[in-house]
Amino acid sequence: MSEDLQARKRWMGVLAKASADAIRACLHTVPPLPPHTRLRGPETGLVMLRGRAGGDGAAFNLSEMTVTRCAVTLEGGDTVGHAYVAGRDRSQAELAAVLDAALQDAAQRPALLAAVIEPLAAAQAEARATESRKAAATRVQFFTMANMR
Amino acid sequence: MAYVAVKGGERAIGNAHAWLAETRRGDAAVSELEVAQIGQQLGLAVDRVMTEGSCHDRDLAALAIKQSKGDLIEAAFLLRAYRTTLPRFGYAEPLDTAAMLIRRRVSATYKDLPGGQVLGPTFDYTHRLLDFALAAAGEPPAPAPEVEAEAEDAVAPRVTELLSREGLMRREEDAAQEPADLTRQPLSFPAARSTRLQNLARGDEGFLLGLGYSTQRGYGNSHPFVGEIRQGSVTVCLTPPELGFEIEIGEIEVTECQMVNQFHGSRSEPPQFTRGYGLVLGHGERKAMSMALVDRALMAGELGEDRTAPAQDEEFVLLHSDNVEATGFVEHLKLPHYVDFQSELEVVRLMRATVASQAEPEQVEP
Repeated sequence: MSEDLQARKRWMGVLAKASADAIRACLHTVPPLPPHTRLRGPETGLVMLRGRAGGDGAAFNLSEMTVTRCAVTLEGGDTVGHAYVAGRDRSQAELAAVLDAALQDAAQRPALLAAVIEPLAAAQAEARATESRKAAATRVQFFTMANMR
Repeated sequence: MAYVAVKGGERAIGNAHAWLAETRRGDAAVSELEVAQIGQQLGLAVDRVMTEGSCHDRDLAALAIKQSKGDLIEAAFLLRAYRTTLPRFGYAEPLDTAAMLIRRRVSATYKDLPGGQVLGPTFDYTHRLLDFALAAAGEPPAPAPEVEAEAEDAVAPRVTELLSREGLMRREEDAAQEPADLTRQPLSFPAARSTRLQNLARGDEGFLLGLGYSTQRGYGNSHPFVGEIRQGSVTVCLTPPELGFEIEIGEIEVTECQMVNQFHGSRSEPPQFTRGYGLVLGHGERKAMSMALVDRALMAGELGEDRTAPAQDEEFVLLHSDNVEATGFVEHLKLPHYVDFQSELEVVRLMRATVASQAEPEQVEP
């Protein structure tokens, strides 16, 4: 997989897990994004979630979930920005699609990565770390002969 | 004609719904419940409605609970109805529960296992005494304690995998076939495992709990152990056709249960453990456990075990597990059946008349 594709997958994932408010808060620190044209959406639909029998066997359909998608182009370019985000927040999907288009432009990418993606990724990593620390605090420490001595 | 056209009820219906709205709101002097409060503070109700409504959306489930006055089956019904209004974008990649960010993980089969026993935010070990402190609004509780996790504990392999490596656990087969989808094709028998799991995943918790309990009490003896329960966040991945590559679209919480059961072996397979599997949205531990018990019971036919108990009868289980369907058929009985009943009345009257005329002693002429 090319480095560009890997980088794109990463920012799309980070934007999908960030609220519209959190994305907007990061955008205050960069010049305004160029105007965009909506190609599709933002529109809400369903994605069927799947599990695997026994966790690792054959796939089965678990439940649907709401997902909002959006596709845009930026003014003066023909790059298409896409977003698929869990939930029904149309403004999150549209912001994510606009950012996906802007981030594909090598000239804008470094500033947007630094101002938007990295802070969001850091906040998401910290939230995960907090969860893990709370879980670790409920880990049972059995007293056995070995560690009582 | 089965039903009579009923006119003249519009005003009564309108007034009944107005009264419903008033009772839903309750005493206006008490502050109104916000949907966000339901989402945050009645999270397990939200999880159940999402699971049985078969649609992951916390806000919609919370709204449905408010609208249904807390009737969770009615709320699941509302969510099922809503989902029919939305287009289907596609199928997500199967969730990777091995890569879960774990909040809770317990095993009843091994005390010391890689990754350890993590209790998480559980009701277990509470004394089930009413906490009157909650009746008085107060300060939010202090944040839960945090402990730096040890690197070796971050990896929590599946208990079933530990057994499989020794050859003691039957491996799951994956023929990489497209699974059945009950939202697209109706149920037919014999049902594939993927059909059964989808049906059980959205089935009524109470129904599955009762069936699971029946297997423990001897109706389809399966002698289960909780190999593992894990609860936490998993990433949802989707490959949109216009992109052609997989992207992460969000994170959801799920509960998974691996139930380990004995199997005496058959002509083709040696004695080993088998597993029943449960997977539900949110924190649905009781439901996940019940689902795993019933999933294993339904394997009786494939494993060459006698099918004698209700929980082993897939037609019985799968056709009655859905509370939206069950509600529809049970509750339709209260709709007008005037003509049906009129014909029954006439039949019963006729039968009574016949019986009475036969019972009458013959008049004897003096």
